Amino acid sequence: MKKLINAVENVVKEQLEGMALAHPELTVAFEPTFIRRADAPVAGKVALISGGGSGHEPMHGGFVGKGMLDGACPGEVFTSPTPDQMYACAKAVDGGAGVLFIVKNYTGDVMNFEAAAELVAADGIKVQNILIDDDVAVKDSLYTAGRRGVGTTVLAEKIVGAAAEAGYDLDACAALCRKVNQYGRSFGVALTSCTVPAAGKPTFDLGEGEVEMGIGIHGEPGTHRMPIGPVDALTAYAAGQIIDDPAYTRTVREWDGSGWAENTLTDAPFAKGDNVIAFVNSMGGTPLSELYAVYRKLDAVCKEKGLTIVRNLIGPYITSLEMQGFSITLLKADDEILKYWDAPVKTPGLVR
Amino acid sequence: MPLSKAQLLAWLGKLDAVYAAKKEYLTDLDAAIGDADHGINMNRGFGKVMEKLPPVADKDIGTILKTVGMTLMSSVGGASGPLYGTFWMKPGMLLGGKEELDAADFARFVEAGVDGILQRGRPERGDKTMYDVWAPVLEVVKARAAAGDDVAAIVDAALPVGEKALADTIPLQARKGRASYLGERSVGHQDPGATSSYYMLETLRDVLHA
Repeated sequence: MKKLINAVENVVKEQLEGMALAHPELTVAFEPTFIRRADAPVAGKVALISGGGSGHEPMHGGFVGKGMLDGACPGEVFTSPTPDQMYACAKAVDGGAGVLFIVKNYTGDVMNFEAAAELVAADGIKVQNILIDDDVAVKDSLYTAGRRGVGTTVLAEKIVGAAAEAGYDLDACAALCRKVNQYGRSFGVALTSCTVPAAGKPTFDLGEGEVEMGIGIHGEPGTHRMPIGPVDALTAYAAGQIIDDPAYTRTVREWDGSGWAENTLTDAPFAKGDNVIAFVNSMGGTPLSELYAVYRKLDAVCKEKGLTIVRNLIGPYITSLEMQGFSITLLKADDEILKYWDAPVKTPGLVR
Repeated sequence: MPLSKAQLLAWLGKLDAVYAAKKEYLTDLDAAIGDADHGINMNRGFGKVMEKLPPVADKDIGTILKTVGMTLMSSVGGASGPLYGTFWMKPGMLLGGKEELDAADFARFVEAGVDGILQRGRPERGDKTMYDVWAPVLEVVKARAAAGDDVAAIVDAALPVGEKALADTIPLQARKGRASYLGERSVGHQDPGATSSYYMLETLRDVLHA
C-alpha cells in the first residue's frame, strides 16, 4: 500500500484538519465529527445534511457551502457515520425551518440516519429523510437491500441545495429531492480495485485485462467481469444499462413527522425526447482526459436513443479512493431541476 | 437465581474480551460476504463500553443498559451499530430502577432487545442476519421463563438453539445488508452478525456458570 498517510487510525481526522485549514468558510467539529458552513445556521432556510463513509471525496464534505449542503457527517473510510454525528450536526445547522437528510441507500447509512432522525425529531426539530437509490446495476429490491445510492446523490445535493437557498420549505425540498432521485439513474465500471487504509490491501483482485461492471462506490463487487474493451464499448454498455432500464418499484421508509411511513415509489424509464443532465464521474484514479472520451461516446448514444443532453458535469465528484474507473449518471431534467442546477453554488468541491 | 448487577457487569466485561479475541475471525467472516469491518467495529464498540461503564456501574440496571446502547450506537458504525445499540437501549428503557433481573425480567430484556432489532432493521427469518439467531432464542427464553425456569436454566436451554440457528445461516442466501448484493455468492458463509450475537449468549452462559 502506497498512500500519503501518517498513522492509519488518524487518516480521516488529519484529512479533515487539513480541509478546515484550507477552507475557513467551513467549520469542522470533532467528537462527534461533522463539517458545517461556518455561517450556519442560516435563519429561516431549510438545512441540508448528508453523510456517509469517507473515501468518496469531494462528496460530501466538499459540497458544504452556499447553494449546496449545510452540513456533512463523515464516517471512517467506507464506514457509515453514527447517529450522534447527524444529531449534533442538525442541532448546529437548523435555522428554524427544519433539516433534510439526504441518505444514500446502504443498510448502515439508512439505519444510522433513521436513528438520528428520531433523535432530532424528539428535540422538536422538523426533519425529513430522503433516500437516494439510483444504481441500475442492482436489478431487484425484493431479495436485496435495494439499489445503492451513487452519482445522483451529487446532483440532488446541488439542486435541492439551490432550492433551499431560494426559500423552499422542508416539504418542498423533500419533494424535489425525491423527484431528482426518481429521475436519476447511474451505472459504474471499475478498471482497478482500491485499498482501504485500515485494510492495507486491495478490496478485490482484478486481472490486468479485466473490468468489473456494475460496481458500487465501496469497492464492492459488481454484476460481472469482462475483458476490457475500447472506451466506446464500455461507455455504450453503461449508457445502455441506464437508458434501457425499465420502471423500478420499491418501498422506502420516510419520516412523516411522528413516525416512519412506508411509501412505494415507481421510477419511470427514460423516454425519447427527454432532456437530461449527463454526469460522467471518475472513481478517483481515472484522469479527466479519459472522462471526455467517455462523454464523446455517451453523447452519441444519447442522440441515438433520442435523449438530449442539456447540461453536463464531468470530473471526480463521487469517488472510491484511488480506484480507476468511471460512472455515468443521467438525470431527466425538467424546468424546476434545470433552474436550480443553474443556480450559483460555492463549495470546495463545486463552484459555479 | 436472578441475574445480578455484578453478573451483568461481568457479562459486559467478558464480552469486551471476547470481541477482542474474535476481532479477526469476525472480520474474516465479514470479508467473505460484507465489507470486512465487523470484528473491528465490535471490538471498538465494546472497548468504548468499558470506558463509559465505570461512572454508571453503581446505577440501576436500566441506566447501565441504556449507557451500553448509546455507546454502541455512537461507536460501532455500519449496520450493527444501530442494531446492537437498539438491542441494549430498548430493554434499558423498560428496566429502570432494577437492581437484578428475575426470569420474567430477563425474558422482557430479550424480547425488548429483539423487538428493537426488528424495528430498526425490519429483518425476516431466513434473511441471513442476526435475527436468525435471536428469533428462535427469544421463543425458548419466553417459553422457559413461563415454565418457571431461573435465568441460568433459561440460558442453558437457549444456547444450543442459538448454536444451531447460527450454523443454519450458512446455507442461506442473504436478503439484507451488503451481503444481499452477492446473491447466490452469499450462500455457504456463516453470517457475521449472527455470530457476534451468538457470542453474547455464549458469554452470558459462561458468566452464569462462573
